[in-house]
Amino acid sequence: MLEVANLEVVYNEVILVLRGLSIEVPDGNIVALLGANGAGKTTTVRSVCGLLDVHEGHVTKGSVNWRGTDIAHHSPAKIVESGITQVMEGRRVFAELTVDENLTTGGYTVKDKAKNQAAYDRVMELFPRLADRRTSTAGYLSGGEQQMLAIGRAMMAEPELLVLDEPSLGLAPKLIEQIRDIIVEINQQGTSVLLIEQNAMMALSIADYGYIMETGKVVMDGDPKKLLADDDVQEFYLGLHAEGAKKSFRDVKHYKRRKRWLS
Amino acid sequence: MTATTAPRGWSYSLGKISTGGWFLIGIGIPLGGYLVYELFDDPVLFFQTTMKSFGLGSVYAIVALGFVLIFKATQTVNFAQGALAASGALFVSYAVFDGHIPFTTLRNPLIEIEPEWLGWSLSVVMALAFSAMLGLLIERLAIRPMVGQPLFSVAVITLGLEIVLRVFNNDAVEVDFRSLEIPYGTGGFTVGDAIVNWSYIAAMITATVAFVAVYIFYRTRTGIAMRAVAFDQEAAMAQGINVGKVFAIAWAAGAVLAAIGGIFATQPPVKQTGAVEPETANIAFRALPAVILGGLDSATGALVGGLIVGFAEIFAGQYLAGQTDLLGPGYTLIVPYVVMIVALLVRPYGLFGTPEIRRV
Ligand SMILES: Nc1ncnc2c1ncn2[C@@H]1O[C@H](COP(=O)(O)OP(=O)(O)O)[C@@H](O)[C@H]1O
Ligand SMILES: [Mg+2]
Repeated sequence: MLEVANLEVVYNEVILVLRGLSIEVPDGNIVALLGANGAGKTTTVRSVCGLLDVHEGHVTKGSVNWRGTDIAHHSPAKIVESGITQVMEGRRVFAELTVDENLTTGGYTVKDKAKNQAAYDRVMELFPRLADRRTSTAGYLSGGEQQMLAIGRAMMAEPELLVLDEPSLGLAPKLIEQIRDIIVEINQQGTSVLLIEQNAMMALSIADYGYIMETGKVVMDGDPKKLLADDDVQEFYLGLHAEGAKKSFRDVKHYKRRKRWLS
Repeated sequence: MTATTAPRGWSYSLGKISTGGWFLIGIGIPLGGYLVYELFDDPVLFFQTTMKSFGLGSVYAIVALGFVLIFKATQTVNFAQGALAASGALFVSYAVFDGHIPFTTLRNPLIEIEPEWLGWSLSVVMALAFSAMLGLLIERLAIRPMVGQPLFSVAVITLGLEIVLRVFNNDAVEVDFRSLEIPYGTGGFTVGDAIVNWSYIAAMITATVAFVAVYIFYRTRTGIAMRAVAFDQEAAMAQGINVGKVFAIAWAAGAVLAAIGGIFATQPPVKQTGAVEPETANIAFRALPAVILGGLDSATGALVGGLIVGFAEIFAGQYLAGQTDLLGPGYTLIVPYVVMIVALLVRPYGLFGTPEIRRV
């Protein structure tokens, strides 16, 4: 189980981005974390995966507990070895490397040859499209194939928890469906999933639990069905009552409050 | 209104050939013609010059490859490659000339091994191991603490290291003559009337082996990790790749390549003495145009750049010798830089370099 408790993260010593964020990912679950651009979703991923240093970011308060250990200050390599890998926002495949070589980097922490082969076979099974393109340079793959490669690469480490940062970003609806199905399949094979999305419909349709964050903390959480039915979520994340320009979640609440006051 | 852009002037561009391209053609045709004339005029001399060019080009290629390995992994131009080259040659001289294990008074047992060339080769391998350790030491003490600092600062640190190492090396070198006891000597053999130095052949073989080794290394697990780090450091870290370890390996390998270059820098065509001298360290600056010409992040570029610069330097030295009054003495040392500048006009990122320098 992953337990992020009261997490506060500061960039460059001054920019407070996470303000007491708390989320949980129980073993075997798919947990969705939703939020608008700039809410701090990627920062959350970096905190979990030990990549804050690279961005001059620091945990100033709170903890990231993974199976009882606080990993907030562990190195990324140690965290991968302990069973958490991520699919980075924007795919970040190694464009100059072949598909196979990309997968090799994903399995870097798995020293056992047989385990490595097993993970590779499993990835090839999950993504038959990659099997056809094993020796192609990753930079020449389509966006959807690159996303599959990014997921496959993360699966090479045989993670117990897979963190996906906006996997649907920039993909056509059909591909989003495919990616969604693959996430479900990976989860059914025993990997917990923390699914970070702006595409609320996609994430909540498969999640066991959902969190909605804004400016660095959770503003709403609960059962995905309940979240999907919520008026504010519908208006802001699903655009169901959208009327003209996009509004911030906070604006929506504001607007409602004012209306109540007027009437 | 059909034409929205004015046609470019002929002096600026004609068809697909750029200004730089025309410049090359303008120089290339008369130069090529002149070389063909020389080929028929004195084929023996031409052959000799060609072999010598391969010799020098191979040395440049080896040194350039050291630069590339370190740059590709760490984005740092290591200005200490020259001093590392001299240190490497010095370690060899300790091992085979003094017969000591470097930095100690312990006798080097490898040198007793018969036949002589085998004992020598094993001693060189030991010396290269010392170079690798020196590379690791520098990476750990001077480079690793600088990770995340501006690349310019790191480059300046390497420049400082170059100066410090040079002082140490020169202290050791200037007192005594420090031979490398090259088994095949600094002489050569004849092909018909042409003389070819053994060191040219040795450099060619070594360069070939080095490139094949690097090619294979880049396809191993560790090598793939290194290329991943080179391409996207954060994404590599996210895979659990230990960037520090990758840096260390790159520095060790770069130092070994520098050392090999340093060994050849004591032999023809670079030097005739077969001994380490203060100038041995200059080999890196002489090879730098080859690196930049080939592209700082390309092993293939190092090979091609090394050969091009080697050929340009030797051919200019041979066939423009009559023009020394006009060009000034020592003009051959300028040739690599001239070739580099002309090539960069056409391809600003080097012949094989990646156009976009990624941010760390
Ligand atoms: N390296 C950084 N340095 C400073 N500020 C950053 C850095 N990375 C992100 N931020 C800021 O932190 C906030 C949250 O960013 P991010 O975690 O990327 O949000 P999300 O992934 O939800 O879009 C944004 O306001 C962003 O500008
Ligand atoms: Mg993000």
